[in-house]
Amino acid sequence: MVRQSKKHSILMVLMLVMGMVLAACGAQDVQSTAVSGATAAAPVVNTVVTGGQTAVAEPTAVAPIDTGMTAVATGTPATTGAGAAAPCPDKAGEEALIYSSLPMTGGSAAQIQTVIEGMRLALEQQDGKAGGYTIKYEPLDDATAAKGSWDEGQETENANKAIQDKASVYLGTFNSGAAAVSIPILNEAGIPMISPANTAINLTLPGNPEPKLFQSLYQNGPRNYFRVVPNDALQGAALANYAKELGVTQVYILHDQQTYGLGLASVFRDRAKELGIKVAGFEGIDPKAGSYSGVAQKVISSDSNALFFGGLDATGGPQLLKDLRSIQPDPDAVKFMGGDGINSTDFAKGVGAEGEGTYATVATANPANYEGRAKEFYDSYKAKYNKEPDPYAIFGYDSMGVALEAMNRACSNDPKAILEQLNELGQYDGALGNFTFDENGDTTLTSYYGWILKGDKYTFDREVSTQIEK
Amino acid sequence: MQDFLQILITGISLGSVFALIALGYTLVYGIIELINFAHGDLFMLSSFAALTVLDRLDIGFRDATGSKVLGMLAALIVAMIFGALVNVLIERLAYRRLRNAPRLAPLISALGMSFVLVQIGQSWKGSAPVSFPRPIANQNVLAPFGSPVTLGLNNLLTIVVTILLLIALSYVVNRTRIGKAMRATAQDRDASALMGIDINRTIAFAFLLGGALAGAAGLMFGQFTGTMAFQRGFEAGLKAFTAAVLGGIGNLTGAVLGGFLIGITQAFSDFYLDPRWTNSVIFGLLILTLVFRPSGILGDSTTQKA
Repeated sequence: MVRQSKKHSILMVLMLVMGMVLAACGAQDVQSTAVSGATAAAPVVNTVVTGGQTAVAEPTAVAPIDTGMTAVATGTPATTGAGAAAPCPDKAGEEALIYSSLPMTGGSAAQIQTVIEGMRLALEQQDGKAGGYTIKYEPLDDATAAKGSWDEGQETENANKAIQDKASVYLGTFNSGAAAVSIPILNEAGIPMISPANTAINLTLPGNPEPKLFQSLYQNGPRNYFRVVPNDALQGAALANYAKELGVTQVYILHDQQTYGLGLASVFRDRAKELGIKVAGFEGIDPKAGSYSGVAQKVISSDSNALFFGGLDATGGPQLLKDLRSIQPDPDAVKFMGGDGINSTDFAKGVGAEGEGTYATVATANPANYEGRAKEFYDSYKAKYNKEPDPYAIFGYDSMGVALEAMNRACSNDPKAILEQLNELGQYDGALGNFTFDENGDTTLTSYYGWILKGDKYTFDREVSTQIEK
Repeated sequence: MQDFLQILITGISLGSVFALIALGYTLVYGIIELINFAHGDLFMLSSFAALTVLDRLDIGFRDATGSKVLGMLAALIVAMIFGALVNVLIERLAYRRLRNAPRLAPLISALGMSFVLVQIGQSWKGSAPVSFPRPIANQNVLAPFGSPVTLGLNNLLTIVVTILLLIALSYVVNRTRIGKAMRATAQDRDASALMGIDINRTIAFAFLLGGALAGAAGLMFGQFTGTMAFQRGFEAGLKAFTAAVLGGIGNLTGAVLGGFLIGITQAFSDFYLDPRWTNSVIFGLLILTLVFRPSGILGDSTTQKA
């Protein structure tokens, strides 16, 4: 009898465990179908690139633009664009609410902190006001401690909270997968969403690598989503060019099976093939596994001279690198490369000395070489927080800046009026450069930069072309 | 063939860490039939303890062999003591009062404890993965024999420590007075109490042993992988628990066997199949085993518990 009940409880726990595993596998299946269809991403990419080129006369991201830069320090709106509106009537202390939804706990926490600090800085430079309203900015967390990264339930809750509390703008998300959750919810309510970090292609464009993703987003209203960071069609191409320049001839590609990682890895694979780099393998890894030594062995056995990882510091990046270096300690024999997801202080901290020589791109140049508006941002950030900004801080700064600018022009806290202004933004003189949003909500900036991990931080290497020259 | 042997070695080293954690599960289950969900997170916390010691001592590659060995030993001892004490504390706070409650109550209490430990881990070392110092160079111990396959010194160390601890544990459980008390308590708690065995002390001792093993696992895992993160306890705990069930829960040798099997399966699946199927393969193996041997590989109907 006693044994009977013992078996019973084991069975119960097992069912629980199986449930979790099955849930995980379900998600994998959806994504693997997406991969298999990902062969013809090229046309999409080309349109993006040419679109960006025609819209911006001067595609250097952080070039000094003009004299509008002193304006920030004095607290007046910093734009010089055509639509710069006359000051709005003061609404005498009425509040407008801005939420951000970013993973403040979990593996990306340190990086997110600097993004939020960038946002706060932009708000502070406008005396906490926009459109005549006093802005109440509240950062929401879309991660849970138990999961250690962004969580679907939490992101849903945040989006619904924004609707309930009548938020004017929703700044987020950080993870592309999280954006896929909140865009449809906010789309129905017409609340504009500005992301400082999402790079997955299908958040703004139809087609590969995940055609189903785009179809699910804007079904209940006009597009309400914008991003200040160039998407992965450009980043993937930049990484392929970077790899070629570094002398990579054969690459093994691994990804974390999530929207961002899988998407970037797919674009990279296609572009790398176009450049004549041999792709030895393309596989997903379990982002939470404690060890990838078997996978690393496979990479080494394939005789590739580079491992490309599509993923984040929080989805297995540091561990994968450590396992690779346990077998092959020479960073030049098998290079480790990735996108902006691993270009963070968290990644550098997690890999320690063995991370030496890791290559990662990000859409911002060396903060030390910032000029003009970017330099102003850098100086005021350093003065206020007394530390170097993470590469993503500047994107937080500009996403808040562009939101406030739209509110200033609309003289309103009504999300629909702000959305309209965002769609007709014209040239915005941001810290990232002079940019606007194209008809898909993508930024017209196109530059990506290569960085190398040296010591305990990434150092700027070079600008990398986002054009594929066959 | 070379790949095959290489992966086998990788799998065995990985498996030995799972085995150490699995021993803790099996020990506690054997004596009070509680699945201690907090065990994986205790492993994570003690790993952080070991990491802190190594960081403080600041032993690098260049130090003399003697100081490296001493440093590792210090980390091992601190981690084991830390794990043991925390585990005893958890038993006292979260499980003892619930010992005669319905089965679900301690189970939920264990889940809650697991969340508490995860939070402590996060506040302690932050949310990003932390680099784990590896003072001992992972040089190939097979190199002098001209073998094309490499067995890193660290990997060898992990395997040796696991086997030594298993032998020590078997000795304690089967040959000592307190071990006899544990076995008696496992068989019939009330009767043992009537025979004058201090039940609370005996159960606390089982938790003490389990926690010490988790501490050892924490250090060895860090040496094997080179990083530690606050959420790592869940995944490792889940696989170790699976190992314990696979080998026959309550059976010490079974837990170690299960650990090795899971480690080897994971390594082979990662290498020969698409790594995203690894978890499916591992749990598929578990289901298959349980269908034909419901009490695990070494567990039988008259399981001698603990």
